[in-house]
Amino acid sequence: MIDIGLGHYLTLGAVIFSIGIIGIFLNRKNIIVILMSIELILLAVNINLASFSIYLGDLSGQVFSLFILTVAAAEAAIGLAIIVVYFRNSGTIRVEEIDKLKG
Amino acid sequence: MIAHAIFFYFFSIIAVVSAIMVTVSKNTVHSVFFLILDFISISCLFIMIGAEFLGMIMLIVYVGAVAVLFLFVVMMLNVAQQKNQWFISKDSSGHIPIGLLISVIIFFELIIVIGGWKYKPDLFNSTKLTTSNEISNTHSLGQILYTDYIHIFQISGMILLIAMIGAIVLTFRQREGVKKQSYLKQISRERAEGVEVLEVASNKGVKIDD
Repeated sequence: MIDIGLGHYLTLGAVIFSIGIIGIFLNRKNIIVILMSIELILLAVNINLASFSIYLGDLSGQVFSLFILTVAAAEAAIGLAIIVVYFRNSGTIRVEEIDKLKG
Repeated sequence: MIAHAIFFYFFSIIAVVSAIMVTVSKNTVHSVFFLILDFISISCLFIMIGAEFLGMIMLIVYVGAVAVLFLFVVMMLNVAQQKNQWFISKDSSGHIPIGLLISVIIFFELIIVIGGWKYKPDLFNSTKLTTSNEISNTHSLGQILYTDYIHIFQISGMILLIAMIGAIVLTFRQREGVKKQSYLKQISRERAEGVEVLEVASNKGVKIDD
């Protein structure tokens, strides 16, 4: 309990990952919160990679974590641009009203 | 060692609570604020564990760029007033128990993986931090980032460029009724359409139709 090891960090990553997935399923409000949940999931993956990298003494994990950071930033920019365009065209971004594809 | 434990529990409890608040909060602006709090506490954990460069970059990229972008879009789209209840319509709430079930199953799978791996102690020693004192974290990251991973680094730069171009192309729109300068029109203008030579009779004006 006092001796913080790799397992604690991995557990923290697992908790945040699951909260992100719950956020995707639970959210009935608007689609921005879904994007934020995806950011949470990427954050959990970053925690795993960085803690493995530190505890195993291999620096590659931090490099991969940097690249995940890059892709997350790009994904947020594109996703928010799509949301802005959709809002401009249809006037809503509520999740249950986005049903043009009838999926 | 005890300080490590205290700081770990402090920051991780803040991170987990704010992650829950991101998903649960009714106001979207509050969700963004809790997302910022989550990023800050996780980057504090990174700095504490020894990955200083990653923690600082996370502060800059996530808090400085991504979260502000989220906040900007939330404010611009004016969705903060949609303070509805979580589950708006009764008929669409069929996803919720299945989603909870799936995420709980994923959580326990991850915990089982971590636990089973943790109780295999001969794999490697996982309880001590391996940070070197002679060279800083940023220095060593730079040493491998620009040598071994240079191609991936450049590809990530291309990804950022494509994301920038894509966002601009998506949100760009041509407005009607805005006066703009057209270089092609200016250059290709001929004398005949700009100047007209008239014979002006005396005592009579010239009527210019425009």
